[in-house]
Amino acid sequence: MSNVGIVIVSHSPLVAEGTADMVRQMVGDEVPLAWCGGNGHGGLGTNVEAIMGAIDKAWSEAGVAILVDLGGAETNSEMAVEMIGEPRAQKIIVCNAPIVEGAVMAATESSGGASLKEVVATAHELSPS
Amino acid sequence: MSAAAEATVLITHDVGLHARPSVKFTKLAKTFAADVEIALAANGPWFDAKSIVKVMAAKAPKGTVLHIRASGNGADDAVRALIDLVQRDFDEDAGHVRSA
Repeated sequence: MSNVGIVIVSHSPLVAEGTADMVRQMVGDEVPLAWCGGNGHGGLGTNVEAIMGAIDKAWSEAGVAILVDLGGAETNSEMAVEMIGEPRAQKIIVCNAPIVEGAVMAATESSGGASLKEVVATAHELSPS
Repeated sequence: MSAAAEATVLITHDVGLHARPSVKFTKLAKTFAADVEIALAANGPWFDAKSIVKVMAAKAPKGTVLHIRASGNGADDAVRALIDLVQRDFDEDAGHVRSA
């Protein structure tokens, strides 16, 4: 699949899965999509390995846009991108956008075949400047 | 070849051009090469119908007369397809509307 992939990273697996559910139901199946959330022991948190796994699952040659919620989700996502390394890292962008709205908007843009840059720009339109 | 087309359609869907309908509308608009715009009044302002953020921000409720215009390749087809989608209430049944 050549559409830009979307990865959702939340501290809560319920939020991440629910957001992914909204993307699937509102946008459809033509966008590679993966989510992760939780610390792996039933608590809130994010972890680098799970994020790397989600990036692999949603991988597209067109790139991957990551939507995150709070603090650690962002830093761990950036760490995951760093560990994946080049050449793939340059095709992965962590978006600065609200997680739910950003995921739906980014996926809508992606579903039309937009580039990674356009997909990220669409998510960023939602952020107060 | 370039062309221009413009038409209006009454939004009959219960929640109007909100989240889920906006996504469908934008996705369909993106399938056409023509530039497509929408407005809630004949004199504008006009919004890019391929921008999900702008379409959703327009917040067109039920009862709105939606103005759709297109220019460029396939302009006629684009306007006709989008009008059809609105008239079909975005292919949603009432069950989906409440959860939208």
